[in-house]
Amino acid sequence: MKRFLPLIVLALGALYLASTLREPKDKAGFNLTDFGRVPVLVGGRIKPLDTVARTSILTIRGSQYIATPDGKSITPDAWLADVLFNPAKADTYKIFLIENHEVVDLLKLNLEDGDGKKRFSYEQLRPQLPELERQARMVDSVEEPLRTPFQKQVISVQQRVFTYMQLKLSVEAPDSPDFLSELVAFDKALPAGIEAVRAKQANQPHSEDAMKAMATMVNRFSYIEQFGNLRVVPPDTGDANVHNWRTAGSALMDSFAVGRVNPTVLGYAAIGHAWRGGDVKTFNEVVAALHDQLAKRYPDAMKKSDVESRFNSAAPFYSSMTLYVLTFLIAVFSWLKWPDTLQRSAFWLLALAFVATTAGILTRMWLESRPPVTNLYSSALFIGWATVLLCLILEKTFKNAVGSVAGGLVGFATLLIAHHLSLSGDTLEMMRAVLDSNFWLATHVVTVTIGYSATYLAGFLAIIYVFRGVFTKSLDKGTADALYRMVYGIVCFATLFSLIGTVLGGIWADQSWGRFWGWDPKENGALIIVIWNAIILHARWGGMVKARGMMAMAVFGNIVTSWSWFGTNMLGVGLHSYGFMEAAFYWLVGFVISQLLIIALAAIPQDKWKSSSSGEAAT
Amino acid sequence: MNATLRSFRDFFCSLQLTVWLLILSMILVFVATLDQVNLGIWAVQAKYFRSFAVLWQIPDSNVSIPVFPGGYFIGGLLLINLVAAHIYRFSLTWKKSGIQLAHAGLILLLLGELFTGLMSKESFLRLDTGETKHYSESFSENELVLIDHSDPKTDLVVAIPEGAVADKKSIQHKDLPFRVDVKEYYPNSNLQRVGPFAGPRPVATQGFGTGLVILPEKMTYKPNERNIPSAYIEIVAPEGSQGVWLASQMLQQPQTFQYAGKTWEIAFRQVRTYKPFALTLLKFSHDKYPGTEIPKNFSSRVRVKSDDGKEDREVLIFMNNPLRHGGYTFYQAGFDNNDTTTVLQVVRNPSWLLPYIACVMMGFGLCIQFGITLAGFIRKRSAANAAAARA
Repeated sequence: MKRFLPLIVLALGALYLASTLREPKDKAGFNLTDFGRVPVLVGGRIKPLDTVARTSILTIRGSQYIATPDGKSITPDAWLADVLFNPAKADTYKIFLIENHEVVDLLKLNLEDGDGKKRFSYEQLRPQLPELERQARMVDSVEEPLRTPFQKQVISVQQRVFTYMQLKLSVEAPDSPDFLSELVAFDKALPAGIEAVRAKQANQPHSEDAMKAMATMVNRFSYIEQFGNLRVVPPDTGDANVHNWRTAGSALMDSFAVGRVNPTVLGYAAIGHAWRGGDVKTFNEVVAALHDQLAKRYPDAMKKSDVESRFNSAAPFYSSMTLYVLTFLIAVFSWLKWPDTLQRSAFWLLALAFVATTAGILTRMWLESRPPVTNLYSSALFIGWATVLLCLILEKTFKNAVGSVAGGLVGFATLLIAHHLSLSGDTLEMMRAVLDSNFWLATHVVTVTIGYSATYLAGFLAIIYVFRGVFTKSLDKGTADALYRMVYGIVCFATLFSLIGTVLGGIWADQSWGRFWGWDPKENGALIIVIWNAIILHARWGGMVKARGMMAMAVFGNIVTSWSWFGTNMLGVGLHSYGFMEAAFYWLVGFVISQLLIIALAAIPQDKWKSSSSGEAAT
Repeated sequence: MNATLRSFRDFFCSLQLTVWLLILSMILVFVATLDQVNLGIWAVQAKYFRSFAVLWQIPDSNVSIPVFPGGYFIGGLLLINLVAAHIYRFSLTWKKSGIQLAHAGLILLLLGELFTGLMSKESFLRLDTGETKHYSESFSENELVLIDHSDPKTDLVVAIPEGAVADKKSIQHKDLPFRVDVKEYYPNSNLQRVGPFAGPRPVATQGFGTGLVILPEKMTYKPNERNIPSAYIEIVAPEGSQGVWLASQMLQQPQTFQYAGKTWEIAFRQVRTYKPFALTLLKFSHDKYPGTEIPKNFSSRVRVKSDDGKEDREVLIFMNNPLRHGGYTFYQAGFDNNDTTTVLQVVRNPSWLLPYIACVMMGFGLCIQFGITLAGFIRKRSAANAAAARA
């Protein structure tokens, strides 16, 4: 049995991963999966409605879980269908995250009224929205870094409401009892209306009623044209530009020129009608028709859209997180019992999680047609990926579970960080002009990010050294020597990559704006990593530090790298700044303190370590 | 070699010195990064990196005391340390070749940065659509100019650097038939129209300044803002004062006056660099991703025409794709006026090639060095494994 354990673990893990690839089943017959695959253009790219649903609910609610007022959980796609086609119902879902009590108070709400005391429905917010608007306008004049938590929260809540309104007004006009019949009636009245308008312009007798009807429609449609955010209507058949998608509102405004209502908008209205009426058959038919019609015209875009919605439901990074945690636990346990069997099990699990993240990253690269790192979110994915790869190599070489422990820990932590970074919206966002260079993104960004990964890895290996040394008796001479070599090797590797990456960044800068080095915070951050790694190497070569000192220095490398990765962005200056991130700031401070404490642990003289009694525990 | 000399040599060659200098440089870079929030990038460079000591001004006084070694000091010592160690420990062995190469590359990189600091010149070129210019302008350096337009072929330009204006001196120049007295100078300012009743009265007695007063402003260090200098200038001829002029960068229109039958123009403007060719902006484009405000690309179609008539062509300058011409490089840097004006950054840097060479040397050197170490490690390990297998 023990002999087969690694194989069994591997098989179970693989089974778990395979299960995420199944086509998701739809409850109640509505083919929401196909609905989620319908593409729209928003944020500069064509993406499936499923992505729209997920990123919107993530920014509004802070997670993808949604419950109806009667406590039933629904998928993001079902939620989006309600928002688009049944807003009165969607308005009752408690989804608006408000984390600041003063803002709850401002909106004249009680904490107890909220789901989990922090999530409220649009219905609840509605009466005080003008006040929220007024407060937000006052905040506008305050510079971002100077805003109080209350002011920041006012802006966030207002943005959440705005995102919701934009969705709600993307397809149907507000307060329409039945948008489909409204459009059908409009389509019928259109010829008479157009004639009346022409007659009036020519100063000829005309029907005032027909004129009035047209004016009402113009008002309604221009309202959704103004607010609607999703470009649901594909370009006209003769239009070669694949990006010329329009909003439903603007397509409806065009009706007056074209003489009939746009068929795609009618299609959406029919889907809405079926959704509200519980008409499963029509819903599924119209969705399929809409999907297939687009598939014929845009085979490439639709392929990506389909893969993307599938990728969303498979959630490879989420399953990897689970596998990383398991890896970590099994590997740590291997130091206490069944070292060989558990080590191999952990190694296979780590490899499996690595395969899943690799697949996820490759899919994202294919969807974007970009190198792996394009924004902070993808840098978190890639740092984790590269670290785990190094860990797999270490584990294969040293076979002592150290690589698996570090890989499980760093893999999990980076995916957790990535998850929090994804709360701000679509993670496949478009590249700003200044960064739009696949060559430099592939060389500079990837190299420097591998440098980050290696510096972190050296730091985490050092933490393992310190913890095992101080708290357990398991750090015998062999393990200590192996860890020492690992850290030294990884620091060399980190020096190489962070140096080359930093210099490549300089060359990119020289190519792009004529300045090899500009002392930009992010550049300085990268430089500090290089310097710190060089300090470790020179201090070791000069005999200024021995094993324990080098471990403490490697732990400090974690602080240096975190500063460069996140801290520099928080300054709010320079080319690479992504704005002030308050929540991340407290985490960063907490992390720095934790690393300083570990360095303090390392400073405890070695004869006081628990492992000092278990033979000679390293030099 | 006597003991003192030897200890002196050992000090400069030592790894301890390297480590301490690296630590100091790390602290310097970190603190300078933090200070960018207050000072902006240019002031930080001058204060921390292009200086021998970081000065701290005692509050409410004019006394500054050095508190930390500056970039030139640390960088200089590091360079000495590196070169000294290189010479002293130099041995042409395969095992050391990677380290030697990487460090030689580092020396080159540091020298390159020093040369760039000393020799590179940055300026910008702002062009409206259809406009042609022969010159680029400095970001931060200004000059007070007096221009004699009387010769129809060439203008006589007498430029007084801002530093001299700041000293508020009397300036006498051989090409000027009069003396220029700087009465007041403000490094950053705004102009205000004089109200009919209350408020400050104008100092200027001639030109546009008779209806305006200077409002002094705090110096700005923000990267997207500029300091706008203004001054009151008195023109004093042998016959006596010709009046006081307000010269300011806020004033767009030229101010002229007559003296001894000649027309003179007086202006405060950014320092110009004239080039033997002209650039004309044909079209500026600013593309956004559909349905967003995210910029996808900025590009300027310009016509380059040399004065000697040997060159006349169109070029497209866009992000990450500058125009290199006549020793200058023109980068797409910004835009203005509802996308009808382009701002090009103009750089002249004779030592631009050094970092490229340095990069190749360092990368190559480190790869060799770590490759040797890794190979040794693998050899040892497989030997150990083989031994374990035999046992």
